[in-house]
Amino acid sequence: MIFYRQLYAIIAKELAVEWRTKETLSAMLVFALLVLVIFNFAFDLQGVDIRVLGPGVLWVAFSFSGIIGLGRSFAMERDKGSLDGMLLAPVDRGAIFLGKAFANFLFILVMEVITLPLFVILYNVPLEWFPLVGFILMGTLGFSAVGTLLSAIAASTRMREVMLPVLLFPVLVPLLVASVKITQGSLQGLPFSDFQGWFNLLLAYDVIFLVVAYLVFEFVVEE
Amino acid sequence: MIETLKLEKIFGYKQALKSTTLNIEAGEVVALAGPNGAGKSTLLRILATLSRPTRGRAAVNGIEIPQGAMEARASIGYVGHQTLLYDELTIAENLRYYARLYALEKLVPKYEGTDARILEVAKQVGIEKRMDDAVRTLSRGYQQRVSLARALLHRPKVYLYDEPWTGLDQSSSHVLTGIFEQARQEGAAVLFSSHEFERSLAAADRALIMRSGRIIYDGLRQEWRDAAGFAQRYTEELTRATENTKNKT
Repeated sequence: MIFYRQLYAIIAKELAVEWRTKETLSAMLVFALLVLVIFNFAFDLQGVDIRVLGPGVLWVAFSFSGIIGLGRSFAMERDKGSLDGMLLAPVDRGAIFLGKAFANFLFILVMEVITLPLFVILYNVPLEWFPLVGFILMGTLGFSAVGTLLSAIAASTRMREVMLPVLLFPVLVPLLVASVKITQGSLQGLPFSDFQGWFNLLLAYDVIFLVVAYLVFEFVVEE
Repeated sequence: MIETLKLEKIFGYKQALKSTTLNIEAGEVVALAGPNGAGKSTLLRILATLSRPTRGRAAVNGIEIPQGAMEARASIGYVGHQTLLYDELTIAENLRYYARLYALEKLVPKYEGTDARILEVAKQVGIEKRMDDAVRTLSRGYQQRVSLARALLHRPKVYLYDEPWTGLDQSSSHVLTGIFEQARQEGAAVLFSSHEFERSLAAADRALIMRSGRIIYDGLRQEWRDAAGFAQRYTEELTRATENTKNKT
């Protein structure tokens, strides 16, 4: 019971801090919008099947702007020493990880909720919302879990702004490829069995990285 | 209450703590003095379970650390160089957040309540009139008071304060004096570091002096003046050595 109260306290604190500053969300949103606009101008979309090209653009926008939020997640805590405040308390390190990961998941989700309609308008993509939203949630969950863990590692290094993308993108390759393939399949209206293999990969990635990140987080944040 | 035996900490090639052994009893207020880089903060961080020792053993409130760190944390009140507060949140929000992390509802009697305890410590450090102000709007001294309140919330048995006078003006020093006096009465142990040797001695029952990762002086209350004289000679020696190095450069 104490575990859940502490988890709630951490999530509520993350949301309250972001609500006051709005720094992370605004930066992520502006960046996602820029990526969509730049790719829209950079690619010649005449005669191109946007249902094949679009998912790549969408996930580049999600992942690049998501990294901005993840980077700030622990950097601010380290700078101000408030991470020590959490570590001093008799709080299960798993609760700290889950609290931070869930808050990151929510921030990225808000960015995606705003970015997705803009993507539909800018790229004129017809889509079925229901299955696609579920797949995006799954991709975002794995992204937040592994991103939170690596953000904690990067925050304790000197070149953390550079270190996070360098550490994160290689680990994200399976998740991003699977998410793009699933989104392509969903946009093209293919039967689920056609991309079930990618779905299984994404599911396994989410489960494995959530469990591993939860277990190793203690060793990452403690000196 | 606080025990270490041949405690060592190595950062890369630098040995920050060398075979440090100390024992602080319940109700004792102990000052930890020494120049920058002496190992004071490293020792306090290990005792606060924020850092793991390389060798040796340590125990806080009878609990071995780092093995029993989770249990020990509930009995430690730590104030560090930084305030460990969230600038964007108000004083009340910061204290409520830490109250939840320390599961204060389990520690304080039901009739007292978490909010009443928060108000009690706020009054103790003199911040009760600004509870709804964001931390970023406060002066450094006021932030330090909030930090002291944060470390008092859960009624710790062991107080570990790293430079607690940071930002506190002369007139606010009574806050710390009051905290130390209360710790004595409640049978808690206090270990605090400070550069201000005279001020430390006035507040402490006993003084430890560290140099290059070792405790080189451990004096009781009766030997205060000796300790002060020792520190004075040591500071002068250090100043001369620094000046000589500068001149050579």
